[in-house]
Amino acid sequence: MRAVVVEKLSKTYRVADKTPGLRGAVRHLVRRRHRVVPAVREISFSIEPGEVVGFLGANGAGKTTVMKMLTGLVHPTSGTVRVVGHEPRRRRAALLRQITLVMGNKQQLVWDLPAGDTLRLNAAIYGIPDAEARRRTDALCGALGLGRDQELTQPVRKLSLGQRMKCELVAALLHHPKVLFLDEPTLGLDVNAQTAVRDFVRRYNAEHGASVLLTSHYMADITALCDRVIVIHRGRLHFDGRLDELAARFAPERQVRVELADPADAGVLSAYGAVEKVEGRAATLRVARDDVPGAVNRLLSRHRVVDLTVADAPIDEVVEKLFADADADASADAERTA
Amino acid sequence: MTAWTRRLRAFFGIEYALMLTYRAEILLWAVATCLPLIMLGVWSQAAESGDFVRSPAWMARYFIAVFLVRQVTIVWVIHHFEFLVVSGRLSPQLLLPVDPVWRYAVAHLAEQACRLPIVVVMLIGCLLLFPTAWRGDAAVGPWAPGLGAVAGGVLACMAAFTLRFVLQYTFALLAFWVERVAAVHELVYLLILFASGMVAPLEVFPAAARDAVLWTPFPWLVWFPAKLLMGESAPVLRGFVTLGGWILVLAVINRVVWRCGLKHHSAMGA
Repeated sequence: MRAVVVEKLSKTYRVADKTPGLRGAVRHLVRRRHRVVPAVREISFSIEPGEVVGFLGANGAGKTTVMKMLTGLVHPTSGTVRVVGHEPRRRRAALLRQITLVMGNKQQLVWDLPAGDTLRLNAAIYGIPDAEARRRTDALCGALGLGRDQELTQPVRKLSLGQRMKCELVAALLHHPKVLFLDEPTLGLDVNAQTAVRDFVRRYNAEHGASVLLTSHYMADITALCDRVIVIHRGRLHFDGRLDELAARFAPERQVRVELADPADAGVLSAYGAVEKVEGRAATLRVARDDVPGAVNRLLSRHRVVDLTVADAPIDEVVEKLFADADADASADAERTA
Repeated sequence: MTAWTRRLRAFFGIEYALMLTYRAEILLWAVATCLPLIMLGVWSQAAESGDFVRSPAWMARYFIAVFLVRQVTIVWVIHHFEFLVVSGRLSPQLLLPVDPVWRYAVAHLAEQACRLPIVVVMLIGCLLLFPTAWRGDAAVGPWAPGLGAVAGGVLACMAAFTLRFVLQYTFALLAFWVERVAAVHELVYLLILFASGMVAPLEVFPAAARDAVLWTPFPWLVWFPAKLLMGESAPVLRGFVTLGGWILVLAVINRVVWRCGLKHHSAMGA
């Protein structure tokens, strides 16, 4: 059975349309106007057990709305959702015991009490025996570098953002869910904490075979954890496939970084591809994918090359290009319709 | 220990710990809910001034009993729930495989347990300030309710708390549609204040008004348990049937509103 199956999922919100200022406020009081905002439009995808999928999109693209529909917090306007065989909006205990949702900007820990209290509470709610709960807490804390007698015994409000997020993860995973929905779990964390969270998610996935749907604005999270990505923009699904396919499709050029024995000359190097940057003896070129072998051969045969690397464009640039293409397509469609 | 007992114990433990953290606030709440003691002073004075339907000792005893009933039936779920909905903190609770209502109910019990020592001190203070309440006077004997009356009073308090909780929680669920639902509930509180016997005992109401309010759930929330705790005769069967009936009706309405509310909540974006 697939972990998540989404078919033609849509969600529209009815929002108040109010002009700013006193006049707008009074007018809205007398004559209310609303408009329908499509947040998610007919998206379909599925996630296999044990798969880690990156969920990309700009702010307001509809990622969080999809996450909420997958966890039953938001009911779809149309389309179907199945998570481990259950319909999330029914909020059946059998489903809730198998999933978790971690949101970087919301917390389940009790703010004024030590995180250990929330863990004890969650153990009772999920019916985990005390000894087993202690064992799981130790294992999860160990993997995240949390001290059972340190971070777990301090009031949550006294913890740093990184410590708090780690405790959130322990609380969210104590019942060993099979499907993890992680919405910006590294939001605002420093580099060390981000790495720790990333490593932890990878380890949990490997040990428990859990499926993970991860959103993050830090591309490092996506590239470190996900082989597959789903990209949505303005509520529509624009890409669903392997990360390297995304680069191949939306970045038809590759980066060739070359370091020469002699000072680099932009004019000379332009014969091999578009010169992006020249710094002393080093240069970066953009070369069409199919032309890379030929360009590299010519570079090596005609120049004294000290070092040479070929790489895909940074993934965030690729995604930016995808969004720009999607916006251009939408504008062209709108013009055609007009 | 069953899974449910363990859950309820865990809820109580965490909520009691939270209440201890907010101990100063709880002390202020206990002091702020001493309206019956103010009414005790007012009505005792009125009773002492001359011909009155009840003696000063009866009045003092009644309002001390009302104070006790009030302390064990205070409900604040509407403020808590409104905050959870408006701040978006309800979502994590909706992801747990337990209806959040159980936690809110246990939180009230934990708050009561935390407030208990303050209530005992205030009660002793009242009895010392108004010794006629337990000594009695020419019209009423000493305050010595039988075991049956006390048991009935305790049961009535439990039923009154349940009814107040279900009533207020049902209004709280309107937070799914209305942003300031606590303000809406103020109207209900006004009715409770005057029709429950909190401001004046039903004995001083005109007969027609008394008969009318006895058809509402309000006197059974305060006046009825207070009368039982005083050891006075009260319409026991009618009281418990009314309380039970209202609890049942409101519980059904509550579940319907909860389901509709969740759907609407999701439409707003949860």
